[in-house]
Amino acid sequence: MTENGCEYRERVLTMDTMNPNVKRVEYAVRGPIVQRAVQIERELKMGIKKPFTEVIKANIGDCHAMGQKPITFFRQVLALCSYPDLLEDSKFPEDAKSRARRILQACGGGSLGAYSTSQGIEMVRQDVARYIERRDGGITCDPDNIYLSTGASDAIVTMLKLLVSGEGASRTGVMISIPQYPLYSAALAELGAVQISYYLDEDNCWSLDINELRRALQEAKKHCRPRALCIINPGNPTGQVQSRQCIEDVIRFAAEEHLFLMADEVYQDNVYADGCKFHSFKKVLFEMGMEYSQKVELASFHSTSKCYMGECGFRGGYMEVVNLDPEVKVQLTKLVSVRLCPPVPGQALLDVVVSPPQPDEPSYDTFMKERTDTLATLAEKASMTQEILNQVPGIKCNPVQGAMYTFPRIQLPPKAIQEAKEKGQAPDMFYCMKLLEEKGICLVPGSGFGQRDGTYHFRMTILPPKEKLKIVLAKIKEFHQHFVEQYS
Amino acid sequence: MNANVKKVDYAVRGPIVQRAVQIEKELKEGVKKPFEEVIKANIGDAHAMGQRPITFFRQVMALCTYPELLDDNKFPEDTKNRARRILQSCGGNSIGAYTTSQGIDCVRHDVANYIQRRDGGIPSDPDNIYLTTGASDGIVTILKLLTAGEGRTRTGVMISIPQYPLYSASIAELGAVQVSYYLNEEKCWSLDISELQRALQAAREHCNPRVLCIINPGNPTGQVQSRQCIEDVIRFAAKENLFLMADEVYQDNVYAEGCKFHSFKKVLFEMGPEYSSKVELASFHSTSKCYMGECGFRGGYMEVINMDADVKAQLTKLVSVRLCPPAPGQALMDLVVNSPQPGEPSYQTFMKERTAVLSALAEKAKLTEEILNTVPGISCNPVQGAMYSFPRITLPERAINEAKAKGQAPDMFYCMKLLEETGICLVPGSGFGQREGTYHFRMTILPPTDKLKIMLNKLKEFHQKFTQQYS
Repeated sequence: MTENGCEYRERVLTMDTMNPNVKRVEYAVRGPIVQRAVQIERELKMGIKKPFTEVIKANIGDCHAMGQKPITFFRQVLALCSYPDLLEDSKFPEDAKSRARRILQACGGGSLGAYSTSQGIEMVRQDVARYIERRDGGITCDPDNIYLSTGASDAIVTMLKLLVSGEGASRTGVMISIPQYPLYSAALAELGAVQISYYLDEDNCWSLDINELRRALQEAKKHCRPRALCIINPGNPTGQVQSRQCIEDVIRFAAEEHLFLMADEVYQDNVYADGCKFHSFKKVLFEMGMEYSQKVELASFHSTSKCYMGECGFRGGYMEVVNLDPEVKVQLTKLVSVRLCPPVPGQALLDVVVSPPQPDEPSYDTFMKERTDTLATLAEKASMTQEILNQVPGIKCNPVQGAMYTFPRIQLPPKAIQEAKEKGQAPDMFYCMKLLEEKGICLVPGSGFGQRDGTYHFRMTILPPKEKLKIVLAKIKEFHQHFVEQYS
Repeated sequence: MNANVKKVDYAVRGPIVQRAVQIEKELKEGVKKPFEEVIKANIGDAHAMGQRPITFFRQVMALCTYPELLDDNKFPEDTKNRARRILQSCGGNSIGAYTTSQGIDCVRHDVANYIQRRDGGIPSDPDNIYLTTGASDGIVTILKLLTAGEGRTRTGVMISIPQYPLYSASIAELGAVQVSYYLNEEKCWSLDISELQRALQAAREHCNPRVLCIINPGNPTGQVQSRQCIEDVIRFAAKENLFLMADEVYQDNVYAEGCKFHSFKKVLFEMGPEYSSKVELASFHSTSKCYMGECGFRGGYMEVINMDADVKAQLTKLVSVRLCPPAPGQALMDLVVNSPQPGEPSYQTFMKERTAVLSALAEKAKLTEEILNTVPGISCNPVQGAMYSFPRITLPERAINEAKAKGQAPDMFYCMKLLEETGICLVPGSGFGQREGTYHFRMTILPPTDKLKIMLNKLKEFHQKFTQQYS
């Protein structure tokens, strides 16, 4: 009998009867450690005494949450779009108003509240195509190959969905880096595809090694049908910015081995290190000549969540598909139509991101200042993070060349590893949990992203404001030294 | 490519709409047609058809988007309070921050309060509320959780014929089994328990039926289920061990006298603990319909009742992979469930706008039913609620044959001709499902009243001409 005296009846939906693929899904960025962090925040609010007064959430690439300010121009245009009465308001500059009018004209009934076409507002796709052309030195971009999406994640999952087929030994295999951003592993688990891991080279700044790609591919062919190769550049969690040579090699490899290329380029403006430069896969592909540019199937992804915008909550994004079979493209268009359309505010935001104020426009100076400040601050913080962490014996941090994270390697004493294993915890989870409980700093253990066996890491964002970041890094240093002593 | 994706169809944005878009381009290029504009009566897109947004909502959205406006005395105090409250619960006080994956805490609290008020005080736990990217997102997520088994144990999902094709599309994509139950056209599209039973028995021979989906008020049919019917469905679900999914996105769109919206949650709890502590239910709502029509914001929520605690943890984990629903949509949902109260500065305008939208829809529902029923060969059930009419059309034998010769569903053939000759874009009944040998189309009641009248009369003309032509 249940509590209220009713007859016990097994539910329809239980752990045994639910979708087994969903059970295999893990997403560490919002996993158990974050749940504990949220709990601790509640305890602090209730007045429970802790060795710290606040939880610092350095687990997720959420810029605004960590104090980064939105770009004024973007928010002005979006406000005008949301409430067009404001077009009469002299407080808004003319360039913001003309962007807003243009966007609203492209919306059904002149409203952000109308559905858009499923591929995304045509005018926005045209602006995205022009942005890509400018970025890539004039290489043509067809707006019809642009699909706006609900963040980049949405488009990535859609492409993976299209690619997954076969059974058993012919099941689709998808190559993804170790370490990787766990959207990929989660999506592959949910779709029941086969994850093919290729290791990035930690000793060489997390660079990609074609030999390693080859090794992973050969192995995989024995038990699945490898069909896609995913690369994140600039990298998450590693922050590496791939060299142009490397990108060419990957394209050549994909061509040779008949792999569909997926290029996750959401951090394309986040490049900090001297000598590093963002090269889009599309650009390199076309510069390699028709032998490649007419054959290699490529999907590139971008988003409004990162770079200097940090507008995660708007869920803006797009993908560009190159050399997609026309019939498959029709299927893609059909598939996205079932969900009607991506959020229109996010589409509007994307439009201003790809058509920002120009030098002769009223908002230009402020825009450039804000953009430059944000990117410069991130560059400083990237440098500072790397420096400070590398001062800690037992912590080794590769240069944060780009993106928003550091993924340092941590040496853990055998006793700590032992205790973790006894608890059934990954050793770096054990470490991070203690860091959270003792210092209120929330990071994500490297096991959530993947790493070579026997190595341990954590991923930390470089997003907290500089002064706070210094404090966080100092606390991590303290903690690490104490932890190592404690477990000697 | 993925074989399941090939099986997916979504008629609301299918081939006829693609042709409509093409025709619009041709018109723009100056190509001569028997009409000057395409009327897109295929999709429940209120703003696209001229419905105005609610002023209060857009004011708050602007304030949230550009908080400098909080200093602007053009905005009434109640909009500013709402905006401040929302921003305070956003990371860094910005709607550009990610929210928790289940959705902003204060919004879920407000949603729970709304549900509680709506349902006469029956408690709603904010922790059972998940904000979503439109209702579609929540619906697909629950279907995903429920899909398991292989072959004869594969999950079967009961859905009405006719249905909103998100369901059939998702079932196809997930590789689940669609278990169709026919609504009763002769009785105003009501739901018949014996038909549910028949469909279930038949289904058990080849799959494992585990879910029962119901859309109330109905899409495409517009029927508003009686309270008795809802009780019967709940009883049936309890008896047959079915997870109930109640799609209630049109809950404010009730027009016909004698009809009333009864939420599944309310009825479930009023039936007492024998049911309310057992039946697993997920109810869905959205910012896209009702009087808001804010489709583009992709706001929505679901309330889950009696979900297994471990499965709920899996659900929370699953939605975390996509980070969060759009924050603007969450903010908008907050306003929908927490709208201006009597005594607040915006109340009068808000009520005026809300009432105007809903009464216009009620008028147009009536007008549509009336005019269509004057056409010999068109039979239209009362549009009791929602935003559509789904009339039955009688097609001459010759037309049916010509369609079949072309490999086209006869109602697609009819609708295509309608589009080419009048510029009116509707969706053929075959896109929603219908009894064999019957034909329908779905038309929205959304165009402005004058345009709607013109449209209905053109339809009347067309139907008469078509019938003559194919006699």
